[in-house]
Amino acid sequence: MSAAVAHSAAESMPRSNRMGSRLLIFLSILTVIGVLIGLYLGLIAAGTDIEQGEVQRLFYIHVPSFAGAFVAFSATVVGGIAYLITRKVKWDALALAGVEIGLALAAINLVTGSVWARPIWNTWWNWDPRLTSDAIMILTYAAYLMLRSGIDNVDTRRRFASVYGILAFSTVLITFLIIRIRPDTIHPVVIGPVLTDASMMATQGDFELNATPGVTSAVAFGSAVWSILVPWVLVWWRIRLENVAHRVTAMRVKVMEQ
Amino acid sequence: MTPLIETKGLTKAFGLMPVLRKLEFAVERGEFVALLGHNGSGKSTLMRMLCGLSKPTAGTIRVGGWELPKEADAVRAQIGVVSHKTLLYDTLTARENLRFFASLYNTTVNDVKINAALTRVGLGKRGDDLVRGFSRGMQQRLSIARALLHEPDVLIFDEPYTGLDQDGSAALDELLKDAHQAGHTILMATHDLDRAAVLATRAVILSRGVIGVDMPLDGVTGAALAEAYRRVTGVAAGG
Amino acid sequence: MKTTPFFKAVLAIVRKDLQAEMRGRELVGAMGVFALLAILIFSFALELDREARNEVISGVLWVTVIFSSILGLNRSLAMERDQGNLDALLLAPIGRGAVYVGKLIGNYIFTLAISAILLPVMSALYGVSLFNPYVLLTLLLGVLGFTTVGTLLATMTVQTRAREALLPIVMMPVALPIILSAVRASTGALSGASVDDWIGWVQILGALDAIFVVMCFFLFPFVVEE
Repeated sequence: MSAAVAHSAAESMPRSNRMGSRLLIFLSILTVIGVLIGLYLGLIAAGTDIEQGEVQRLFYIHVPSFAGAFVAFSATVVGGIAYLITRKVKWDALALAGVEIGLALAAINLVTGSVWARPIWNTWWNWDPRLTSDAIMILTYAAYLMLRSGIDNVDTRRRFASVYGILAFSTVLITFLIIRIRPDTIHPVVIGPVLTDASMMATQGDFELNATPGVTSAVAFGSAVWSILVPWVLVWWRIRLENVAHRVTAMRVKVMEQ
Repeated sequence: MTPLIETKGLTKAFGLMPVLRKLEFAVERGEFVALLGHNGSGKSTLMRMLCGLSKPTAGTIRVGGWELPKEADAVRAQIGVVSHKTLLYDTLTARENLRFFASLYNTTVNDVKINAALTRVGLGKRGDDLVRGFSRGMQQRLSIARALLHEPDVLIFDEPYTGLDQDGSAALDELLKDAHQAGHTILMATHDLDRAAVLATRAVILSRGVIGVDMPLDGVTGAALAEAYRRVTGVAAGG
Repeated sequence: MKTTPFFKAVLAIVRKDLQAEMRGRELVGAMGVFALLAILIFSFALELDREARNEVISGVLWVTVIFSSILGLNRSLAMERDQGNLDALLLAPIGRGAVYVGKLIGNYIFTLAISAILLPVMSALYGVSLFNPYVLLTLLLGVLGFTTVGTLLATMTVQTRAREALLPIVMMPVALPIILSAVRASTGALSGASVDDWIGWVQILGALDAIFVVMCFFLFPFVVEE
């Protein structure tokens, strides 16, 4: 009877089956190839930017990595809501994976942006609203991890993390929207309509999406790979890791029960 | 007649750690049940679930015909809880505390009723003093007045003797006896086997999340209860 | 069964908080002294001349209000935790939403009281009148926004190991949209620019309030149950 609880809990975390493993490995290889093609398109096939030179090529990673972070953090919201409703541990695993992968991708985004800004804006960092809100977004999800580690009861931890993961998404939306609503940002808008005065930005190091077909296809391909394949494959691996950890806990409980 | 409190297959796990395992537990109206067991045996968890503070992982709980957690508000309205924490606001006076909790329970109280409640626990003259200035024993007595305010069917005591001195414990004994005689059904978690043998009508000893012993306490001495306790838990009482 | 009506429960909790506060003035006292210290430190640290003051005063106002409200939120929820009172509230036959709204209103009143102290003091110290109807409106909306988020998050953080230390860390980023639009709106109102230029920020602030109030109301039961 005692082991039944632990056992049924372990059952709720399905042992990863062979089909799933094969698909994941296949997707992982596909992702690596996709990223390499994206890099080829961006670093070699696309022409050098006339105004900015080679450093502009950072955009082929900078923009796609934000797309990937956006997708990963969205997964956290979905996981959080689903966990609060169903109380299935797998949804919390998705939410946690989303945060960790999102943080990694957001860090890539921030660093490449900073490297680009050095020659173009003549500084590693300025207190532009976009940069500031991006940094705050990263700190929010760091706070998510701190909140998790501050709670001993696993159920409470999952519950609080789900609530916070839902609220934290507001900073992602702000980062995404801010270059569209803050008139004083000098960060270029790459995707979507621009609500601010565009003439102001031309002097600040603009980035024209429609420059040449080579540039367009490099950014489009990169964004597709980085927003679909990269986050989902990484999240999947991370969830599998969580499943293994969960099974270890279940076995430990089982051993203690005997 | 169906029991006042009834659990079926009640299971609670924190993460994967099971705390209560398929507990079948029933309390009849008018009983005084002492819930015994060492720390971590699941006493507090069971009590938190009975008063709707914690949701079961599996199984059902019925209190007075209402089901938890679906009809939690109805269950809460007929339970009064005294814990080892006072559950009082120490920046308010005794009277203000009682008034506040009465309105939370939607019970209309006037000064007469509050004075009666205070007198009942021997605090008749201290109604307008801040709870902060009360001794531990006085706070615990006020806490009982608070729990009785809405005239609940069931009283739940979670280790109420923690931190009380001799006099405080003796006063609490009297209050518990009174409450039981007044018809309240009482469930009390405690480590004090002698006290349980004197006050309670039945003892339930929990061990590793299951009921180890369920025995009536008519004429059972503290020593006999301690013997049963040792047999079930393998540990001497008081630990 | 005799379940307590929502507004009766809310009112009881608000009255209890006000009563405790009138007696000890622990919350408003600590928040007020902190707020006054903060604006003095700001004026030393920034060494502002007259023109610069005009530009930064709404920033100073908001930073001060937010930090003192965090102080108050921590105290207010710690008061519920110390003697197990949060459990006592949850043991009563009242909806979890009533607990949230009750605590929220109390915190809102306390933070507004601090703002009411800050306005004349800052107007005098910085030589800029803050008694502008739009600044007052922005304060009402902005304070509502972050006490909404703050009451929810403080209920969470008092239950964690780090307790008081964790609230500013988890709260500041989430409240950022509110802080941002509140600062923009009040800066606009004080700048003398035409209303059309900045009224959008007031509208955004109102919309954010509505979103956060609804979200936090529905999320609150999840942070108190087990």
